[in-house]
Amino acid sequence: MPTMFEKIWNRHRVLEREDGQTLLYVDRHLLHDGTAPAFEMLRARGAKLRAPDRAFATPDHYMPTDTRRVAEIANPELREMVASLTRNAAQEGFTLFGLDDARQGIVHVVGPEQGISQPGMLIVCGDSHTSTHGALGALAFGIGMTEVAHVLATQCLWQRKPRAMRITLEGRLGPGVTAKDMILHIIARIGTAGATGHVIEYAGPAVRALSMEARLTLCNMSIEAGARAGMVAPDETTFAYLQGRPYAPADWDRAVEGWRALRSDDDAVFDAEVTLDAAEIAPTVTWGTSPQEAIAVDGLVPDPAAEPDAARRAELTAMLDYMALHPGQALEGLAVDRVFIGSCTNGRLEDLRAAAAIAQGRRVADGLRAWVVPGSAPVKRAAEEEGLHRIFLDAGFEWREAGCSMCLGTNGEIGAPGERIAATSNRNFRGRQGPGVRTHLMSPAMAAAAAVTGRITDIRTL
Amino acid sequence: MERFRPVRSIAVPFARDNIDTDQILPARFLHLPRDADHGACLFRDLRGAPDFPLDRPQWQGARIALGGRNFACGSSRENAVWAMHGHGFRAVIAPSFGDIFAQNGLKNGLLPVRLPEATVAAMIARAEAEPSAELTVDLQAQQVIDADGVAHPFEIDPFARRCLLEGIDELAFTLSHEEEIAAFERRIGRENS
Ligand code: SF4
Repeated sequence: MPTMFEKIWNRHRVLEREDGQTLLYVDRHLLHDGTAPAFEMLRARGAKLRAPDRAFATPDHYMPTDTRRVAEIANPELREMVASLTRNAAQEGFTLFGLDDARQGIVHVVGPEQGISQPGMLIVCGDSHTSTHGALGALAFGIGMTEVAHVLATQCLWQRKPRAMRITLEGRLGPGVTAKDMILHIIARIGTAGATGHVIEYAGPAVRALSMEARLTLCNMSIEAGARAGMVAPDETTFAYLQGRPYAPADWDRAVEGWRALRSDDDAVFDAEVTLDAAEIAPTVTWGTSPQEAIAVDGLVPDPAAEPDAARRAELTAMLDYMALHPGQALEGLAVDRVFIGSCTNGRLEDLRAAAAIAQGRRVADGLRAWVVPGSAPVKRAAEEEGLHRIFLDAGFEWREAGCSMCLGTNGEIGAPGERIAATSNRNFRGRQGPGVRTHLMSPAMAAAAAVTGRITDIRTL
Repeated sequence: MERFRPVRSIAVPFARDNIDTDQILPARFLHLPRDADHGACLFRDLRGAPDFPLDRPQWQGARIALGGRNFACGSSRENAVWAMHGHGFRAVIAPSFGDIFAQNGLKNGLLPVRLPEATVAAMIARAEAEPSAELTVDLQAQQVIDADGVAHPFEIDPFARRCLLEGIDELAFTLSHEEEIAAFERRIGRENS
């Protein structure tokens, strides 16, 4: 009667400590260009990478997306971040998909794309959005830098067993509504701490109906609900996605047979259960500075005066102030200055297709800058083979190289103070896209609609 | 890691819920090397705001921070802990924490202390009304002693507690179990072949 999470957990137990923490064996350790301090810690201990064949790296956070040449990075500190990953790969002998490699991209796009992330695996990475890989039926979570160094040295990690939560989505999504709207809606419902201490399993017919890429979007933002990890039980959709990928298991049939057994048993008991109706979800947009402040695009931002709790009232007022919104204002029609389509949440091929479908035959609004940043070099190539880049370029979008870009802006790509940005990324915290920048999170189609109208627009009425 | 000793100090109240790690350490400082002055970058974009307490004279030198619910949610950046620690903080008291931040804190000598919401709210109110009121965080005894001498016990993972108190790190402990790890690897190697 175990849940899928428990089955995977149990399989990776090396030993238990007297205080109940478990040493777990890590199947895949993903690394990016922000990992340099962990290698310093490793060397300070005189330790070596224990299992180089289980570590895979790609630069994504620090590389500007207008060039592929490290030498062209103007800022020497950023250049050093990218260069140090290359040096560490050479020294420690792990696989690197560098900037000159056709497989480079955002680490959470690359893992599934190459078939490195597989059902039943325990996957960690020094990045909170590692929850993405759970879409394949893996247990995947983000860790801190000291933990990264611990995994490098031991291939293991100490963890206290989280609790299990199931979020069931009944019914089906309406037209124009995507996995991004689904996860924003979930976070708005349960809050950014709603799943703290839990691993979420997403279930129900509306989740089963999602494509693999949409499931990756869904699991990606589990961390924004406070969860350690999010997962979806592997099924035919998962197997069809993985088959033929470069790192897919050689003994395919046997692997699939094992993966089928991973799903939670019918009588599995979860510590928490949430059930929602997918049909009630509208295209959803954040208005505030926390991912939980999300409402239907045709809704009104809250009025703090209607809030009984004083602390919450002050919080709402501060957010409205930062976002330059009035109490009770409509989101629809709000003018935006920039549009960012990309990130590990929404930088995959289907995301770009959805955005291109809106952009086709239209023009980016006057005075607005709109970027499309593919999640990986293979996504970029595939999009170009379909001619999506032509659609974007003809419409006046900029077509960039793969990377994290404006999701976090550590590569220098940030907005200007006061700018309002429609973004497909995952965090709308104050200053996330640059000091004073106002971020509205939404789906790729909604972001493309904002680009062509210059305003937050309900794609159902476009 | 240095040994964690009892901390007796005034406390800075960060009264908001859901303070995220992008506020604690903005992303543009993430590339700084481990030994850089992360403390100088702490809450960089909020400093100077009239209602932000960190640089107010009455709370200078504080080694304890008080936070709202879900303190330090968001990104896994351990740099957020380095910034708090670098600025001088040794303990954060809040009703709840972002998971990864709490783990990172334990590994870097920044103790996350969970106390009931009402208790933390009272401590915040007291710190605001009387900034010179001191708290003591005693890890050995697993309690916070407030300005009136009332002890508030807290829970902490016993192993993390021992590591903090003795200044030992987890890695050394794990490496002492190398044989079990190797045995596990032999076993999965067999299963996979
Ligand atoms: S795209 Fe954004 S969230 Fe994803 S790994 Fe990069 S910075 Fe992190």
